[in-house]
Amino acid sequence: MYPASFEYHKAESVDQALAALAENPDLKVIAGGHSLLPAMKLRLAQPPALLDIWGIQEMKGITRDGDHWVVGAMTTHADVLRSDLPLFPEVAGWVGDPMVRNRGTIGGSLAHADPSADYPAAALALGVEFVIRGPGGERTVHADDMFQGMFESAVQPGELLTHIRIPATTQASAYEKFRHPASHYAVVGVAVVRHADSSVRAAYTGAAEKAHRLNKLEDAVNGSQAVPTGLVDAGDLLGDRFASAEYRAHLVDVLAARAIERLG
Amino acid sequence: MNVTLTVNGKTYTRDVEPRTLLVHFIREDLGLTGTHVGCDTSQCGACTVHLNGDAVKSCTLLAVQAQGADITTIEGLGTPGDLHPLQTGFWEEHGLQCGFCTPGMIMASAELLKHTPNPSEDQIRHHLEGNYCRCTGYHNIVKAVQHAAGAMQGASQAADD
Ligand SMILES: Cc1cc2nc3c(=O)[nH]c(=O)nc-3n(C[C@H](O)[C@H](O)[C@H](O)COP(=O)(O)OP(=O)(O)OC[C@H]3O[C@@H](n4cnc5c(N)ncnc54)[C@H](O)[C@@H]3O)c2cc1C
Ligand code: FES
Ligand code: FES
Repeated sequence: MYPASFEYHKAESVDQALAALAENPDLKVIAGGHSLLPAMKLRLAQPPALLDIWGIQEMKGITRDGDHWVVGAMTTHADVLRSDLPLFPEVAGWVGDPMVRNRGTIGGSLAHADPSADYPAAALALGVEFVIRGPGGERTVHADDMFQGMFESAVQPGELLTHIRIPATTQASAYEKFRHPASHYAVVGVAVVRHADSSVRAAYTGAAEKAHRLNKLEDAVNGSQAVPTGLVDAGDLLGDRFASAEYRAHLVDVLAARAIERLG
Repeated sequence: MNVTLTVNGKTYTRDVEPRTLLVHFIREDLGLTGTHVGCDTSQCGACTVHLNGDAVKSCTLLAVQAQGADITTIEGLGTPGDLHPLQTGFWEEHGLQCGFCTPGMIMASAELLKHTPNPSEDQIRHHLEGNYCRCTGYHNIVKAVQHAAGAMQGASQAADD
């Protein structure tokens, strides 16, 4: 299966990439290509031109900056899995399979905002910040404002997600996932994090048009109450031929209870 | 567009359309048909090759993305006269029936054994999650990888002695 024809360009630095994007609005960024190429092969996406950012070294790797971890957007799932980051390594281990993890990137996944992707729930629970650069300079977007809709993140055309900043406040964390047996994507995934001030943040993915915080769960746990059921309303969820909205709502309850139990 | 890359130690330059997938480049432009296309939708792992040492699905990579890369395919792992321990393992343990998945299984397993020379059954099964076999039921594939791990450890011990 060949994708439709396109022009191919490469950038070696963020500045070069932003200049190229500013000059040619037809350019579509390709990182690991593990969401984009499958879509292009199925002709669900037909970008007239690609900008390959794989060679941008300043967007790779994990460093510590005071009370934050800084993760380059183009760090592969495999490198995240092997890292000392809070929660993300556990989540990366759930992404696809070893070959997908060698090529796909954490930033590609988060910019893409696939409703069944794993990282968005973890990003919400960790309370990360996204560093985005565009023609107007650099801006920072909090996880709560990052995921805007189905396949819709705060990253705009002409912009690059360059880094993810994770506050080093995690005391305990867990990710529980019910995965699709063939695609390996999340049918439902629930992430919970207890932060240094003892507050718990929780979020789910896979069940709705985008990842959401689990407010009911957070309120209960932060108020020292037992984990309730009926955390999400099936009416707010999506159903498909793999799992109905009602079943997904049930999975959120089950996975949330397991994740909270693991926090100890 | 010109692409230059090294496959199994030999450097090739070819003029390709940007949309050429790495797997088609390997099979059709270079004539190395050991790498298979199974699903073509990034799931089955039949197309697995090593790109700069990492196992990747070559149906989900453009040839132009591999510019300058060092690639190993199943043809580069062993020769008919001098099989790689994984190839011997699949032979000895009957790790294949139709053989369609085998090149991908072996390339994925080779990466596992590089990082984990003595994997448990669980680790083998987990590592091969992205490789589908429609024939064997996986049981003998696991045994084949264990066979290879044993042989490779024996060989490295003998070299140490
Ligand atoms: C077989 C298979 C199984 C998978 N299973 C899972 C799974 O279980 N869970 C899961 O979460 N994911 C899964 N994935 C998706 C995988 O995690 C992808 O790697 C990821 O979603 C996209 O990252 P990428 O680097 O490949 O991005 P690409 O495919 O290159 O890009 C995706 C989109 O994001 C944009 N983009 C990429 N990087 C940036 C950036 N830095 N700044 C701005 N825009 C950018 C691109 O323009 C494109 O629109 C699977 C993929 C495959 C092929
Ligand atoms: S052919 Fe590449 S994963 Fe199936
Ligand atoms: S041996 Fe036939 S698909 Fe594996």
